[in-house]
Amino acid sequence: MLRIKCPWCGVRDQTDFQFGGESHIARPETPEHASDAEWANYLYFRKNPKGLHYERWVHSYGCRQWFNIARDTLTHEIIEVYKMGEQPSTRSDTGKANKK
Amino acid sequence: MNSYSGFSLFRNALTGHRHWSRAWRDPVPKKHYDVVIVGAGGHGLATAYYLAKYQGVKNVAVLEKGYLGGGNSGRNTQVSRSNYFYPESGAFYEHSLKLFENLAQEINFNVMFSQRGVLAICNSPHEMELYRRWANAIQMNGIDSKILSREGIKKLIPHINLDCRFPVYGGFIQKRGGISRHDAVTWGYARQASAAGVDIIQQCEVVGMDSSDSRVTTVHTTRGTIAADKFALCVAGHSSQLAAMAGLRLPITSIPLQAMVTEPVRPILHTCLVSAHIHVYVSQSDRGEIVIGGGADLYNSYAQRGGLPVQHENMEALLELLPIFSRLRLMRQWAGVCDMTPDVSPIVGKTPIDNLYISTGWGTGGYKAIPAGGDTLAHTMVHDQAHDLLKPFQLDRFETGHLIDEGAASGVAH
Ligand SMILES: Cc1cc2nc3c(=O)[nH]c(=O)nc-3n(C[C@H](O)[C@H](O)[C@H](O)COP(=O)(O)OP(=O)(O)OC[C@H]3O[C@@H](n4cnc5c(N)ncnc54)[C@H](O)[C@@H]3O)c2cc1C
Ligand SMILES: [Zn+2]
Repeated sequence: MLRIKCPWCGVRDQTDFQFGGESHIARPETPEHASDAEWANYLYFRKNPKGLHYERWVHSYGCRQWFNIARDTLTHEIIEVYKMGEQPSTRSDTGKANKK
Repeated sequence: MNSYSGFSLFRNALTGHRHWSRAWRDPVPKKHYDVVIVGAGGHGLATAYYLAKYQGVKNVAVLEKGYLGGGNSGRNTQVSRSNYFYPESGAFYEHSLKLFENLAQEINFNVMFSQRGVLAICNSPHEMELYRRWANAIQMNGIDSKILSREGIKKLIPHINLDCRFPVYGGFIQKRGGISRHDAVTWGYARQASAAGVDIIQQCEVVGMDSSDSRVTTVHTTRGTIAADKFALCVAGHSSQLAAMAGLRLPITSIPLQAMVTEPVRPILHTCLVSAHIHVYVSQSDRGEIVIGGGADLYNSYAQRGGLPVQHENMEALLELLPIFSRLRLMRQWAGVCDMTPDVSPIVGKTPIDNLYISTGWGTGGYKAIPAGGDTLAHTMVHDQAHDLLKPFQLDRFETGHLIDEGAASGVAH
């Protein structure tokens, strides 16, 4: 059971929330010019790291707000919670979570 | 290699079972192979077997980071069926089911394939309407599929509680579907592949790859560097990592799927029961354990354990349908890391890298596909062209838009 800290409501059980997949995926800037490969990349291809993952969650059975989480997909440790539109302060290029 | 038979069992019993030969060799990796397969799950081992036995490619290695069959192929709930909605899937999975029907003879290993029927039940009138359409579509694919009434279901499973919350309206059954013993499938393929000359190298993790001119040249492993002419990735939940070593991105998300078993009891459940709506599926193994699965944990994870909330949901659903199991004790629970594609159909065949092939996206339903997956991937690797049955399941469908959206069609993807 994950315990997730909603930025608006505080810590709640995982069962309050729903997972919304990888964060920070940008829709092609000029959709009418995007190639099939760019569309495929945007719609279907994902980073799927073993380690630090930036992902979206929604507090479905609470305030119903979306927000971001930086979570380790192997240990399930939640390293950071940050709001929509914000960037994470945790960075990693190795795919392994390193706390700031 | 000695053949397994009633006679060999008898003969070995006379000598106290002390003289059985090794099931497979434990070779030291060579420097070069014609084909290197990464991952000794069912798909990797079956591919090696069909390469060596039917395609004449015997200089093959299967590299496994742990022990063979320790991934999803040894963690699943063993259900085989071919009642998929789309013709492409129907054709592929029917090929696999047919291979399963003769698998014990083919690999001289008792895989205990028991065609006890796979029954999908409906828990709403709307679902019943959909299921009638599916059952029809499946028949149109030339595959057996029969609608059952409530009475028909009760006859098959006398203990079922038809008037549970979300009452049962009916269902459909594929009688040729069933369960088998997953360890026997991987062990059987491993044993025959090894006998045909394949090197199965366990405790050998692939940690990197070298490539030049759009070709992979070598893989770096925990047991040295190994070169090959062709490579195949059969690593299920770790497909994204291995593909990345070759500079390739995939439309794969890794999520855990759980299963659990109760203490063993006398035979009580003689069919595989599936409910997509309240999401549980259950069967009884030959050892008497009640084997239970259900929904996946719906977030990215590489932890092979799964979370408690999903376990609870599976149990609630089971006990609604079969309250008689309420006093059984759970004995074991585990999870496997499943390689999910956006359309819940596999990706098997060539990649943009010339000599790299892939078998992935089996997700929560690739056990039943092991014989056909191995057969068709071996064919594809030798001819460097997708086997006819695999043509719809290529990586480029995510660009062309020809998805095979079985996620919605089969309701529950097992
Ligand atoms: C709980 C559960 C229930 C399921 N139930 C069913 C069912 O009822 N019916 C059905 O049809 N399917 C079912 N499935 C799905 C099915 O088990 C899988 O689709 C299938 O076993 C995949 O086989 P595979 O050979 O591709 O992968 P695996 O068996 O997982 O093999 C992949 C292997 O690759 C190895 N590997 C990974 N990384 C490396 C590396 N870097 N170097 C070397 N080796 C590596 C792993 O150790 C592993 O042994 C279920 C799955 C789960 C988890
Ligand atoms: Zn909230």
